[in-house]
Amino acid sequence: MNMSTNTDFTLAIEDLTVSFDGFKAVDSLNFYLDRNELHVVIGPNGAGKTTVLDLICGKTKSTSGSIKFLNKELTNLSEHEIVRAGVGRKFQTPSIYENLSVMENLEVSYPRGRGVFGSLLFKHDAEVHSKIIEVAQQIMLESFLDTEAGLLSHGQKQWLEIGMLLIQDPQLLMLDEPVAGMSVKEREQTAELLNKISKGRSVLVIEHDMEFVARIAHKVTVLHQGKILAAGEMEEVQKDPKVIEVYLGH
Amino acid sequence: MSFVYEKLFGDKKGMIGFCLLAILILVVFPLMLDSFRLNLVGKYLTYAFAAVSLVLLWGYGGTLSLGQGIFFGIGGYAMAMFLKLEASSPENTAIQSTPGIPDFMDWNQITELPFFWMPFHSFTFTLIAILVVPTFFAYIIGAAMFKRRVGGVYFAIITQVISVILTVLIVGQQGLTGGINGITDLRTLNGWDITSDSAKNLFYFINCFLLLAVIIASRFVLTSKFGRLLLAMRDKEDRVRFSGYDVANFKIFVFCFAALISAVGGAMFTLQVGFMSPSFVGIVPSIEMVIFAAVGGRMSLIGAVYGTLLINFGKTAFSESFPELWLFLMGGLFIAVVMFFPNGLAGLWEDYGHHITKHFRFLNRFYDKLVPASSKEVNASNSVDSAELEGSKS
Repeated sequence: MNMSTNTDFTLAIEDLTVSFDGFKAVDSLNFYLDRNELHVVIGPNGAGKTTVLDLICGKTKSTSGSIKFLNKELTNLSEHEIVRAGVGRKFQTPSIYENLSVMENLEVSYPRGRGVFGSLLFKHDAEVHSKIIEVAQQIMLESFLDTEAGLLSHGQKQWLEIGMLLIQDPQLLMLDEPVAGMSVKEREQTAELLNKISKGRSVLVIEHDMEFVARIAHKVTVLHQGKILAAGEMEEVQKDPKVIEVYLGH
Repeated sequence: MSFVYEKLFGDKKGMIGFCLLAILILVVFPLMLDSFRLNLVGKYLTYAFAAVSLVLLWGYGGTLSLGQGIFFGIGGYAMAMFLKLEASSPENTAIQSTPGIPDFMDWNQITELPFFWMPFHSFTFTLIAILVVPTFFAYIIGAAMFKRRVGGVYFAIITQVISVILTVLIVGQQGLTGGINGITDLRTLNGWDITSDSAKNLFYFINCFLLLAVIIASRFVLTSKFGRLLLAMRDKEDRVRFSGYDVANFKIFVFCFAALISAVGGAMFTLQVGFMSPSFVGIVPSIEMVIFAAVGGRMSLIGAVYGTLLINFGKTAFSESFPELWLFLMGGLFIAVVMFFPNGLAGLWEDYGHHITKHFRFLNRFYDKLVPASSKEVNASNSVDSAELEGSKS
């Protein structure tokens, strides 16, 4: 492995470490994500899953190591620069603007007029409108465009947040527990949605629901105490005795 | 046409509200009130600039500033410095030991005009300073805090502290600033007597037009994507940040804009009242401005003006008879509004206003003429041109 050269990976994390007061939440992590790959990270509570997403999107600063996205170093960029580079991140609890309508939520997320003066002069033209409709159809909310987002069901809020990322057309989409709190039917629809949107981009998902993971994942990585315990196909990973011991056996 | 119109006045209710306010301050007050009372209302309306600025900053931006007096004061002082220099011509001040400098400087054994007073000989410079100095000052405060992600209570406390510092500075540097008495005895503007009734009436109308213009400009900001981003930030700041926006820049802008608006109010205050003093800079006036906005409705630009008028009429009426009780009453009113009418007067208007507006048929007709029925429906959901929406539907 050559640490310094560029790779073909969408995301290349090398030797990434973050320590909080001496506690290493992520410990010398190496992780690669291909184009068009849907990768799920699983692991027990406190394994460092969410911290890894925080590190990639700039919410937490790493202690050492490198995160390269399309060969661009992310560790020294600020949050909005990382987003503009093409990384979208969905939070664990649905993070939408409850006071705005679904339409406005999507409009605010549209990647134009991102500066102060750009936003003052931003015009909701036909191009913006058709993109909003397109995304709304994908996330099954096209008949809720004028609904205040706070009135949506929990599952719909999760979809809306995914839609707010999709409208930015990110090359890397990171989803933190996208089906938490969803009904069985909503889970099925979400799995379908994720399979659809992973075409043409890389998707990194954190999830607990094993059935759901098996349904969507191309590859699975098991994280334990900030380190990779196992990685590969879901079936291999499920059979791995180490994994069974720390995680699946419970 | 309808697009621009929507941008500036909002929906039908917003437009009627705006017209009613314009009629009230431009027609009703001047016809009903004598020159003295009209001047008093004019003074109140200068505070309304600060209240409107707080609707943007606090109501929509979610950032409470307890220091709008800072900017009101800077605007007012800049105007007062110009007027004072004009009033302190060598002929007018011949009896001083140093003629040609403001009287309070002479009393404080200052023998030369301080350097920062020099440019205020120019009216053009003064007008620019009124707009630029407070905006720049707000930029420095805003950048220092918002870039470090200081917000909420901390921001409120820091702005309050800055207003105290500024007051102490003004009071302490008596020879340079006029001290606790402020800058008084202002007489003429480019040779024109500003203490006459006709000048005061003219200032009243200029003030009204500026206030209405500020409301329209603010509405433009709030109906743009910028306005929705402000609401979004108030709700979920992280989501906005992780949607590719540099949140701090938006907060800095709205803080600067609010400072600019307040400063215009301050300058108009000096012109109409004829003096400026530190008692319009410190904690008490800054908090009063917040109360004006809260009582009027912190989400309503027009409500803020009514809130300002109501509180100040109350203040004048009550403090004449019960001067000690007024502060308690105002405090009580503030608590009552926050607890029972969190949207203030504007909230009441929102809930019961249609009982009143249905009587204003002429405004309804005017509105219908301006905005064709087909585009109204579209504008209600979003400001897309009707043709485009119909195109994408079919």
